[in-house]
Amino acid sequence: MRINGFDHYPPQDARRLLSDYLRHDVGLTGTHVGCEHGVCGCCTILLNGAPVRSCLMLAVQAEGHEVTTIEGLAPDGEPLHAVQQAFHECHGLQCGFCTPGFVMSVVGLLAQHPHPTDEEIDEGIAGNLCRCTGYASIRRAVRRAAELSR
Amino acid sequence: MKPPRFEYHAPSTVDETCALLASLEDAKVLAGGQSLMPLLNFRLARPAHLVDINRIGGLDRIYERDRGVAVQALARQAAVEDSELVASVCPLLSAAVRLVAHRVIRNRGTVCGSIAHADPASELPAVLLALGGHVVARSKRGERKIEAGGLFAGVFETSIAPDELLVEAWFPKSPKPFAIFEESRRHGDFALAGVVRAGDTLALFGVAPTPVLADAKDPSRGLQPSSDLEATPEFRLHLVRALTLKAFAA
Ligand SMILES: Cc1cc2nc3c(=O)[nH]c(=O)nc-3n(C[C@H](O)[C@H](O)[C@H](O)COP(=O)(O)OP(=O)(O)OC[C@H]3O[C@@H](n4cnc5c(N)ncnc54)[C@H](O)[C@@H]3O)c2cc1C
Ligand code: FES
Ligand code: FES
Repeated sequence: MRINGFDHYPPQDARRLLSDYLRHDVGLTGTHVGCEHGVCGCCTILLNGAPVRSCLMLAVQAEGHEVTTIEGLAPDGEPLHAVQQAFHECHGLQCGFCTPGFVMSVVGLLAQHPHPTDEEIDEGIAGNLCRCTGYASIRRAVRRAAELSR
Repeated sequence: MKPPRFEYHAPSTVDETCALLASLEDAKVLAGGQSLMPLLNFRLARPAHLVDINRIGGLDRIYERDRGVAVQALARQAAVEDSELVASVCPLLSAAVRLVAHRVIRNRGTVCGSIAHADPASELPAVLLALGGHVVARSKRGERKIEAGGLFAGVFETSIAPDELLVEAWFPKSPKPFAIFEESRRHGDFALAGVVRAGDTLALFGVAPTPVLADAKDPSRGLQPSSDLEATPEFRLHLVRALTLKAFAA
């Protein structure tokens, strides 16, 4: 399967979750794992460009598809992706545990709604949990990311 | 929090899938995985075989049929949400699918999977029941139509047999007026209770082992909803009455 533009060998074991495959087999530890039942959103990645939970997919299911993780948004040495830059500017993170999942969800949100309304922003980030920020700075970051993406 | 051991199968056609389901002992269909994967991760389900239908081509269509809309097994909830056909033929389904979880979950979850899963608090089974829709199940034995009224048998139980694949769900054109209202603790969570109105028909979810039809004049009659940390039975009955009033106010 292709991950961030590079081909990788498929997993040995069919029961390997995509989240574990990315972290343990490929070494891409930017994808975080919180709950492993779809609720926290930390493990969100892009599958063929659309955000999905990597803890609710088997790694074998991603074969033949394009996976993008947080590491793939801005490869080393390149400027940050607009969504990352916006989170940085607006203090959209504190401990950072939830951040990769938020960033990937927001990339999906902006692809669907390039100029999101406040309601669309709330709808778009409601599936991700953050225990630090209280969400206000994350909402600001989404608005900023929309500006930066223009 | 890792799936138990299982044998993995990824058939590429419906016929191959039906042959597998007919020959394998203790097999589960894997569609969007948004309900089944959590069950596997929690080890609440331990099927010997997983039959992943995601490699089947041409099973993701959403099309008009018999003055309604048919949604095939691999049509994702997000595709149904975005479908102009669904919005024009069955706007009740468009409204309902937006209440299912979050967009990221809907990108993977399927409408048919939600119906096959038959969670009592789920929106889509209640919509199918309120509209009087049906599903089409296929097996090596042949194809049959199951009306919504005869589909939901109990909590997470349907009359789909273990060797059957649900190939599509059919929703009739939504009558006017229609409405779907629910109350949940957090946005995107499963509902504590919810109501669906399709014309004069009322269906309830979250208050019985299956979605149920009810009388709009006395919607909570005979119900014995469960109690949990999130709501008492009395509160659920109160919600049913309040939401029904709201749905029939229009
Ligand atoms: C965080 C979160 C929040 C959620 N909130 C809601 C909510 O508010 N409302 C709601 O309704 N749902 C909710 N869900 C569940 C979601 O809607 C699921 O997508 C849906 O219930 C199952 O569809 P699926 O395609 O993912 O099926 P799967 O998880 O793949 O399968 C579910 C079950 O159905 C069977 N099955 C699936 N497809 C077929 C088929 N074609 N033929 C025969 N059997 C089949 C499987 O064998 C399995 O038993 C939520 C899920 C998550 C993770
Ligand atoms: S780890 Fe996947 S949603 Fe929490
Ligand atoms: S920044 Fe700590 S959980 Fe969100």
